[in-house]
Amino acid sequence: MRLDVRLPIGALFSVLGVLFAAYGAATWGRPGTTPTGVPIDFVWGLVLLAFGALMLFLARRAAGHHGPPGGGGPPSA
Amino acid sequence: MPATTLHWIDYVVMVLYFAFVVGIGVALKRSVRTSNDFFLSGRAMPAWVSGLAFLSANLGAQEVIGMGASGAKYGIATSHFYWVGAIPAMVFIALFMMPFYYGSRARSVPEYLKLRFDEKTRAVNAISFATMTVFSSGISLYAMGKLLHLLLGWSFDVSILVAGGIVLAYTFLGGLASAIYNEVLQFFLIVLGFAPLVWLGLREVGGWAGLVARLAPVSTANGFAPDAYTRSWAYMGQASHNPVGVEWFGLVMGLGFVLSFGYWCTDFLVVQRAMAANSMSAARRTPLIAAIPKMLFPFLVILPGMLALGQGLVPAKLGLGGLPLHDLHGHLVLDYDLATPMLLVHFFPAGLLGLGLTALLASFMSGMAGNVTAFNTVWTYDIYQSYVRPGAPDGHYLAMGRFATVFGVALSVLAAYVAASFNNIMDFLQLVFAFVNAPLFATFALGMFWKRATGHGAFVGLVAGTVAAAVHHGLTLPAGAVVGVKGGYFGVVATFPSELAQTFWTAIVAWTTCFVVTILVSLATAPRPAEELRGLVYGITERPEDDSTRWYQRPAVLAVIVLALTLTLNVIFF
Repeated sequence: MRLDVRLPIGALFSVLGVLFAAYGAATWGRPGTTPTGVPIDFVWGLVLLAFGALMLFLARRAAGHHGPPGGGGPPSA
Repeated sequence: MPATTLHWIDYVVMVLYFAFVVGIGVALKRSVRTSNDFFLSGRAMPAWVSGLAFLSANLGAQEVIGMGASGAKYGIATSHFYWVGAIPAMVFIALFMMPFYYGSRARSVPEYLKLRFDEKTRAVNAISFATMTVFSSGISLYAMGKLLHLLLGWSFDVSILVAGGIVLAYTFLGGLASAIYNEVLQFFLIVLGFAPLVWLGLREVGGWAGLVARLAPVSTANGFAPDAYTRSWAYMGQASHNPVGVEWFGLVMGLGFVLSFGYWCTDFLVVQRAMAANSMSAARRTPLIAAIPKMLFPFLVILPGMLALGQGLVPAKLGLGGLPLHDLHGHLVLDYDLATPMLLVHFFPAGLLGLGLTALLASFMSGMAGNVTAFNTVWTYDIYQSYVRPGAPDGHYLAMGRFATVFGVALSVLAAYVAASFNNIMDFLQLVFAFVNAPLFATFALGMFWKRATGHGAFVGLVAGTVAAAVHHGLTLPAGAVVGVKGGYFGVVATFPSELAQTFWTAIVAWTTCFVVTILVSLATAPRPAEELRGLVYGITERPEDDSTRWYQRPAVLAVIVLALTLTLNVIFF
């Protein structure tokens, strides 16, 4: 019985996503935050959050299939 | 170059990353009970995990920084290192070689050589491989320390000690499983850290067409056709017509066949990831799953270098006294290694800059952990258990594996300082490794596909191939280079248009020599009975059972998809 690798990955990217989106929103419009004209911290924060949430969802679904605490992932993948 | 200042959020990203990688090591510590758990992760990895780790272990500093540098130096032709120099070999190992690596139950690549040939062939491979891993992780550490010092003004000593310490913590605790889990995390971090860089960069120059337009004047200034930096095959007819300085035959045979197959099909660093898979079919799918992101990596690591060049962000190389260097023709010499890092600090604001730098750190660490876990396995199984202390209880080897992890990291740190003090020693060592590696694939190919190949043949062939590489290198010189570590030390008989051309042809000579000598010596020595070679050689081994449940999981189907996609990419960027 081992940790599902998608749990730490999902957790890290979800935390990073929330952090970036919040930071991007808080610093919106300040000089130096958009060197290329795109509010990239905010936008990429949402992308990271979506990826993190997807990983957590997949890990949770696999745990449901095989019973907690889950293996290294779906054996068929 | 003024050092870039980081904000609190950049540090938060790095600290979070460090906490997660060490946390994974702590969480996996409980599952390590035997040496098999520690060195082979209990052979329990699903294919997608071992596949991404297969890719990530190879994704060291050389890849992210080096391929960005080559992108700025050679343009899109750098993608040959992927589409020619990696994918075909990855497909080959999956389809034809994995059944023997995984099926023989060997615990390492040198151990396969022992089973197939003999003790001396294993010893040569184990010792050269163990030395090589320590020095490559040392070179990687050195590159990281130097970059962080230059970019952020951080202390070289602190940077390499902290990075080395973190890699040590998670590999010591969780062994190969921890290295593999972290490699998967690092893979996603590298992709998600660099993707916005490419997106913003392309947006800034007006897409691919804009980049082509920006690189045209650079190309003509260097004496090439305007689109020589943005087409991968069109100018490969003659070495002097493309920035790489190589013609198609040397490229396909030297890089695409000898060097690529020699690395991807025999290097234990990557093969170890596939050996950790949970079934034969998963082991065979490992390199194929890795091949899909691998073929797209040029867009992630080469494009930033090209974008930096197009944006005029590649700084000049500084000589002694801090003055920009010029070549013989009076052109500025650019510091290509800074291409990707410069784009990073130029395009990323606080926050994302932390993510980009963490992705860079992740690439250094995954490469180093790959080397350290391969080193501790080969040291413990192929050197210690074979020659120093055979027959000890399993717990003894587990303890030795952990101890080897500590001294592997310590030796890497030492090697980083050696690299920092004597730059030429590292060039010299890399040269010796190239000589040792070039003939390897001939030995494996003959071993796996010709049952008549003998131990004496393999051993003499390997030595002859290595000597042939040294002789060829010693008799040739790349254009514009001086006699010394670049070649010509036995007298210059021929010159090559570029260093890469010389490298590729040296590899071709080494491989051919090893191939021919192995056959001749094998025919002159007594073969082993076929019965002893069952499971080790093609033709006298049952074909592996395909336990895949769905059509798209079958290795042959995946291989066709991978090759078709690679061909398409070559056509698009022809």
